[in-house]
Amino acid sequence: MSMTKPIATTRSATGIPTGKLAVWWVIGSEIVIFGGLLASYIMHRLGHPEWAEYASHTNPWFGGINTFVLLTSSLFAVLAHYAAEHGDGKKAAKWLLATCGGGAIFAGIKAVEWTIEITHGYTITANGFWSFYYTAAGIHALHVIAGCIIMLIIANDARKGLELHRVELIGIYWHFVDIVWIFLFPLLYIAK
Amino acid sequence: MAEHTEDHDHGQAHYVKIWAVLLVLLIVSILGPVLAPHLEFGFLKAWMITLMTAFGIAIVKAYLVAANFMHLNIEKKYISYMLATMLMFMLLFFAGTAPDVMKHKGQNWENVAAEAEIERALAAQGEAGHGEHGAEQEAAH
Repeated sequence: MSMTKPIATTRSATGIPTGKLAVWWVIGSEIVIFGGLLASYIMHRLGHPEWAEYASHTNPWFGGINTFVLLTSSLFAVLAHYAAEHGDGKKAAKWLLATCGGGAIFAGIKAVEWTIEITHGYTITANGFWSFYYTAAGIHALHVIAGCIIMLIIANDARKGLELHRVELIGIYWHFVDIVWIFLFPLLYIAK
Repeated sequence: MAEHTEDHDHGQAHYVKIWAVLLVLLIVSILGPVLAPHLEFGFLKAWMITLMTAFGIAIVKAYLVAANFMHLNIEKKYISYMLATMLMFMLLFFAGTAPDVMKHKGQNWENVAAEAEIERALAAQGEAGHGEHGAEQEAAH
């Protein structure tokens, strides 16, 4: 089935392909969403001396291992982009699946971590710190899950050699999710 | 074809190299708070070292990912300006609201609820000794 693409898909005033430009704008608005949340956390953390004790209960090993998992999945995503750029859709799809595997491991570790914390009484309503903890990490985890779903759809197309430019687009999004975690990690696990 | 293969290998090796640097930085940021008390001298206090290894390294890591993996280094400048504008919005938001949250009283106002909560929580933490079960006790309240 061949369909004519909308004009917006093929024209470009900025010299940047429309799909890529759209992803950058998504990231621009995500900066405001996550940035607002993190800035709000920072000002509360600085204004509330009692949060230091609350924060001391997070486990940096869970955070550290998850940082390793996300950084590695970002490497896989950029290798997928590289394969797509060289016209190798099958290889790109394989790397995207590996990236997705990283996302799944990340979410799995998060599930174990949260289960331990919740059973110890550190719930989202325990106090302001834990509210921010679950909200920030939770919104981030939703981005990981959404990214994985989109990545599977793109991998399925890439496998057949279709829409290979989208491999780069999901990669840019995935690296952004990685960057958000790079800041969440010291905020929630290291600076105590 | 030979050239193409060479280029291919070089590109992938570059990404793996960036990834390795990111992992080294991750290890430093985890070890930072552990090593900081042993490294302080003169005006350089442990908390400053922790801040540097935590947030200084986070900024470097974010830059490495953005420049090399997201290819911002070869992207049109328009994108960098757009992202920088969003970061400025974030700083503006912080500057506009932080004084009301970080301080609990001013010339014509006092945040009684925040002050009471800090006092209550610090007292509860003091009673709980080292605060091993702080959250459980507070959740029970």
